[in-house]
Amino acid sequence: MITLLEAKNITKRFGGLTALSDVSLTIRKGEVYGLIGPNGAGKTTFFNVLTGAYVAEEGEVVFNGTELPAGKPHEVVASGIARTFQNIRLFRELTALENVMAGHHIRSRANPFEILFQTRHAKEEERLITERAYELLKYVGIERFAHTVSKNLSYGDQRRLEIARALATEPQLLALDEPAAGMNATETVRLRELIETIRHDGVTVLIIEHDVKLMMGLCDRLAVLDFGRKIAEDVPAMVQKNEAVISAYLGGHATTGAAK
Amino acid sequence: MNELALAIPYLGKNNPKAARWVVLLIALVAPMIAISFGRSWVRILDFAMLYVLLAIGLNLVVGFAGLLDLGYIAFYAVGAYTFAFLGSPHFDIHLPFWIVLPMGAAAAALAGIILGLPTLRLRGDYLAIVTLGFGEIIRIFMNNLNYPINITNGPQGINGIDPLVLFGWDLSRPIPVTDDFIINPLFLYYYAFLICVAGAIVLVQRLQVSRIGRAWAAIRDDELAAKAIGINTRNMKLLAFSLGATFGGVSGGLFAAFQGFVSPESFSLMESIAVLTMIVFGGMGNLAGVIVGALLLSALPEVLRHVAIPIQQALFNDVLLDPEVLRMLLLSLAMIFMMLLRPAGMIPAHSRYSRPELLGQEAVK
Repeated sequence: MITLLEAKNITKRFGGLTALSDVSLTIRKGEVYGLIGPNGAGKTTFFNVLTGAYVAEEGEVVFNGTELPAGKPHEVVASGIARTFQNIRLFRELTALENVMAGHHIRSRANPFEILFQTRHAKEEERLITERAYELLKYVGIERFAHTVSKNLSYGDQRRLEIARALATEPQLLALDEPAAGMNATETVRLRELIETIRHDGVTVLIIEHDVKLMMGLCDRLAVLDFGRKIAEDVPAMVQKNEAVISAYLGGHATTGAAK
Repeated sequence: MNELALAIPYLGKNNPKAARWVVLLIALVAPMIAISFGRSWVRILDFAMLYVLLAIGLNLVVGFAGLLDLGYIAFYAVGAYTFAFLGSPHFDIHLPFWIVLPMGAAAAALAGIILGLPTLRLRGDYLAIVTLGFGEIIRIFMNNLNYPINITNGPQGINGIDPLVLFGWDLSRPIPVTDDFIINPLFLYYYAFLICVAGAIVLVQRLQVSRIGRAWAAIRDDELAAKAIGINTRNMKLLAFSLGATFGGVSGGLFAAFQGFVSPESFSLMESIAVLTMIVFGGMGNLAGVIVGALLLSALPEVLRHVAIPIQQALFNDVLLDPEVLRMLLLSLAMIFMMLLRPAGMIPAHSRYSRPELLGQEAVK
């Protein structure tokens, strides 16, 4: 298996609080990699470091063999990592189609002058973006709402739209922050199908989720964070049996050293 | 144009084609109707066109990109003064209009970038405060740069600015058609400004329905998410600022040529606020609303001047309330009622950032 992303000894502090402490993990090309842990374990912080929203005090992230720029989200996206948010963050006044089209921003080139003079290149690109965006809406299954303003979409559809928008940036790694949060059982099943399709189409997926059942069935490998430390990294079946993980979730006093 | 046509009640929805012709017709015959009330009304229309241009430019910054700019009039001032420097007896430079106006626009764009670079990290209220300060700085500079070297001629302003001369055709000279039918220069200016406004509308619509327009809307709606999909928010904001400033600069240049005179007092904070009010009043972020807002609110003080004094004299034999005071009162009242009743503005139409018709028949609903 080829390594796609390698996080090396990431440490992130907020004042006196160490949110991430010496976390290292490796994501392989083509897998679905899960990140779980109790609330406040540092999962979202890790996401934010990975996608350039935060700058880590120590450590680095190597993606496709090159180090990712810290604190520059747009460059991280350009190099091939896209993310969604725990609390959905769509562009509310734009339609579903326009949201996805906005996602194409980084993969399109037309400059202001080409746009003002409507050169052939600009027109052609605009047509292409529109069509691709519609294709992506079809891909996630919400094309019938293409022209609905995104704030009026149902919760589940907003989640799907956010994924479509992230896919529009043509990522190699799609990072999903609690995509199933607030979904009912049927929606979760459909979401799982979607994620499996995405993986099948060659995009590696990193996923944070609380729904353990979903994670056990979906992920190839799991890492478990607790108080900013990685306490386990393995295939789901092994993680399930790991004592440190069990104690972290059930609040036991079993030593976390067991995992080290 | 389309959006304006659609904004006409009933007709806009039922017969968009006819509505479009109505808009065009109104725009073309407006000065002829105005002249029947007196020449000053044509002048009011001319100024209204300049305000429309300003409002379109400011809307780019505030309505599209969501950056609250309270010092927008500074760019208008930069455009106007650039025009005055390069086309007046003040320095005795008389460059042709088609060099001076782009220079004014470029100077304003540059001012936009200079202001934007350090300040665009700020958001919301903080940005508003800094831009407000910037607007005042420019005005104070204009006021005081007459010593030790006289650059701006201080509070007296600059006089005798060259009129618009297009290909040797002086717009400020009346054209005698027959002995008693003379085309007034006010008309010529109106149509010249109208062409500018039409051009601005076309350009802004092109920007709106493009990757840049969508990037602006994305930043406005959720800056963090915009970053997360790879938009370079700093550059896009700078672009909005400088393009918005360019419109202000063009408008300022036209203003200088039309008026023949610039002085710092034309560029006070109240003017910035007036233009912002036009946008909010009409409907932020959508062109039709912005244009209607600018037309209504730029005409308001003039209407008051013509109406309020005679009415008060007839009623009380005295002028109790100065029209200027009334103007601010009515503006504030209008804003308050607007916020209560129609917070999205007069014409809260949904703005398009894409062209669904590009998808072909199957996908268009």
